[in-house]
Amino acid sequence: MNSQLFYGLITGAFFGFFLQRSRVVRYDKQIGALRFMDMTILKFMLSSIVVGMVGIYFLRDLGLVQLRFVPTTIAMNVLGGLIFGAGWGVLGYCPGTQGGALGEVRLDALWGILGMTLGAGLYAEFYPAITKNLAGVGDYGFITLPQVLGVNPWLVIAGFVAGALLLFRWLEKKRL
Amino acid sequence: MNKKNDGAMNPYLAGGLSGLVIIFSALLTGNYFGASTSFVRSAGMLENFVSPGRAAQIDYFIHYIPKFDWQLMFVVGIFLGSLAAALATGSFKWQAVPDMWAGRFGASPVKRGIAAFFAGIVAMFGARLANGCPSGHGLSGAVQLAISGFIALTCFFVGGIVVARLLYSGGHK
Repeated sequence: MNSQLFYGLITGAFFGFFLQRSRVVRYDKQIGALRFMDMTILKFMLSSIVVGMVGIYFLRDLGLVQLRFVPTTIAMNVLGGLIFGAGWGVLGYCPGTQGGALGEVRLDALWGILGMTLGAGLYAEFYPAITKNLAGVGDYGFITLPQVLGVNPWLVIAGFVAGALLLFRWLEKKRL
Repeated sequence: MNKKNDGAMNPYLAGGLSGLVIIFSALLTGNYFGASTSFVRSAGMLENFVSPGRAAQIDYFIHYIPKFDWQLMFVVGIFLGSLAAALATGSFKWQAVPDMWAGRFGASPVKRGIAAFFAGIVAMFGARLANGCPSGHGLSGAVQLAISGFIALTCFFVGGIVVARLLYSGGHK
């Protein structure tokens, strides 16, 4: 096994450990958030985003990491996002967390994994037609929020962190 | 429903620690989280297994070569990490139908299985169209402040909230 494969396995294992320990892998937690009954997964996601954002931009300022993200193609991001959401609302598992659900023996995750593999193969068949018709619609390339706003990234990060903390306080007050 | 303490780790703490994993991954290996591309590579490997050489004729599999890479091992690692955590804390739950689903649609594993399978097809088709899933867009995109990440993440939740509402409206909990 080359080192990249090994790093992938270790990184995934840490992530899977925290996903399971906080119950984020479960259908009831994921659908619970979509029904505004239990916001565990939102707390988990926003906490990791807040920490990750500060760390990544700090290391980037030091020249130690490079950003690597996907371009903004509005039509595909929006349409694909909504379609993913529709499937997610029924399945209750994500591509990443689903393996974790199987890890604690949620057997229905197996059907989701099979469906997702088929879905990926299906997309490959439609890929040429989709890129031809949709990729150019709202194609803005590799843009970030601070670039668009024309401000220092740390200003955006400060705003995001403050917003997340306020949301957390509200969620705890509402006992969600 | 989330108030009973079943030994779960605080989600803020678990999420924050996962954020550290994101940082170390980028720093030490240059990789950001993602998951949906792994299903593309897996699909390509399966197609090659059924019909050798098939993937080489499909554009998408030329773009995402069907082989094991960092991300596919990351997805396998999530399974192993969750398995280890479940074993270590005795929180295994051998279950084919989630509680909330059973409360609304009944305890039939066949019904749940069929729904999960077709929903999986739809979800992955959407994730590939969007160019990422809640890991790639939601976590990696957002930590880098990418516009694509924020747009997709918002749409994931909008689509999910609408469908969950339709499924559970009028039903009991």
